[in-house]
Amino acid sequence: MAQVKDKKEKMVQQTAPETAEKLDEKEYSILNLGPTHPATHGVFQNILKMDGEIIVDSEPTIGFIHRAFEKLSERRPYNQITPITDRLNYCSSPINNIGWHMTVEKLIDAKIPKRVQYMRIIIMELARIADHLVCNSVIGVDAGALTGFVYVFEEREKIYEIYESICGARLTTNIDRIGGFERDWSDVTWAKIKKFMKDFPAVLKEFEKLLVRNRIFMDRTIGAGPISADRALNYGFTGPNLRAAGVDYDVRVMNPYCSYEEFTFDIPVGTHGDTYDRFMVREHEIWESYSIIQQALDKIDKMPEKDFHGNVPDFYLPPKEEVYNNMEALIYHFKIVMGETNIPKGEIYHAVEGANGELGFYLVSDGGRTPYRLHYRRPCFIYYQAYPEMVRGNMLSDAIVTLSSLNVIAGELDA
Amino acid sequence: MEDILPVIESKLREAFGDAIISAEMSKDFPVFTIKKDKIIDVVKFLYDEPEMQFRFLTDLCGIHFPDNKGQELGVIYHLHNLRRNWRIRLRIFFALNDSVVPTLTTVFSTANWMERETYDFFGITFKGHPNMKRILNVDDLGGFPMLKEFPLEDPTRTDKNDSMFGR
Repeated sequence: MAQVKDKKEKMVQQTAPETAEKLDEKEYSILNLGPTHPATHGVFQNILKMDGEIIVDSEPTIGFIHRAFEKLSERRPYNQITPITDRLNYCSSPINNIGWHMTVEKLIDAKIPKRVQYMRIIIMELARIADHLVCNSVIGVDAGALTGFVYVFEEREKIYEIYESICGARLTTNIDRIGGFERDWSDVTWAKIKKFMKDFPAVLKEFEKLLVRNRIFMDRTIGAGPISADRALNYGFTGPNLRAAGVDYDVRVMNPYCSYEEFTFDIPVGTHGDTYDRFMVREHEIWESYSIIQQALDKIDKMPEKDFHGNVPDFYLPPKEEVYNNMEALIYHFKIVMGETNIPKGEIYHAVEGANGELGFYLVSDGGRTPYRLHYRRPCFIYYQAYPEMVRGNMLSDAIVTLSSLNVIAGELDA
Repeated sequence: MEDILPVIESKLREAFGDAIISAEMSKDFPVFTIKKDKIIDVVKFLYDEPEMQFRFLTDLCGIHFPDNKGQELGVIYHLHNLRRNWRIRLRIFFALNDSVVPTLTTVFSTANWMERETYDFFGITFKGHPNMKRILNVDDLGGFPMLKEFPLEDPTRTDKNDSMFGR
């Protein structure tokens, strides 16, 4: 066996330089993919150097929807930064909102009641499900299977209805406040969540039946855009993309926030880091999120208290009737609305497990009304730079499914 | 979390001595301020040393303190040891007219775009970087937008009157 292997290696060594020379003699074509190609799901451009159908090299250009979030954040009071975070990963805005609120709460040492934490977990996991549904069904669309997309978008719609009944918005949610929720969830909301929990498994199983063991889908995705665990770590991958490569890193387990340590769930991992693994990791994560929501619902059901926010008067708006009748509440209301609250000096980094990776907020406060510096660690931005390496040597159609399976969201990429 | 500051500090002081300007515990992470030209050596040391193994670059970003004369600009590195779940923050500070920093792309591929972003917004040049050009902004944007003196809004605009809002 060893001899055969040696021979093979020799052969490779002998032939490699020759083929490299031959490649250089070839005439390559340049293909402009994007910025507004329907298969890129967002505004980004890839200039591909093609040898027939094989990608030799690619150069991504980003920044088409750059909106200067970091500069804007330096001018806005803490409460007013939430709408900016909506527009990062707009497929799962609640995670961004709540992640930002927890960053500020960490800086001011706010104590948040358990019930609020569980409610936040429900919302964040619903958002994760919605995000993974979009990503996974779109992989199907890019491989030519439109049906599944239509099925699961109905469930995504139901998740958006839950958001809507909590905060009034659907896509850019602006959900939650620093300190807790702005009002308690209504009975309609709880009913909607319970209805979703009842109906969802059947739909997801149907979706899985369409794709998971589908011969065409497997042929299209297995081996497309692979990355090794080492390279993925070196490229700063996080979230499902890193786990698909075989590293079980999850912020929810490593640095638990929001009482995630009280929940039992698995971290699914892949082996090859290819498109199929990424698809499967997301698919399993949906089930894990589903079970986390179930656990959180059970915990909340057992709780006698009904609090929906913590005691953070400097940041949490008092109820309107108190503002009219209570001097103290009026002062707080005025201070919050005018953005004149006191905040301690210091620098802080807080990370949450976003739907596509570790979403971090690096906040430097000088005690002023706005952050001195706020840097968003945007998972998309960091792992998208590995894209040329992942698609090199693949076919053009593999590049499309690789892009959709990476779950690159233009809003987060360009910030 | 166990107290990791003294462990890392003693290791770093032993290996680099004066290059470690300060070591302190911030609200969440241990923070080390390091001399600019030693930063790559420190990161490499933390990467290779068997007891440290900081092999994940979480974040890299710039910062601007216009009032710190001679140390206006800074670069912040967040490193993560995934095995032991240690997170640390490294900082370097330097003058505005001396804003050339050695690149970290030799250790972490992910530093490529992070450094380009830092260059794009702060004008900090990374020496040895394979592709040092703007990434999010347009190429002919005059100036570096995250510097504090850069105006948030276009100062030549006449259609907006902020005075009525008391700004």
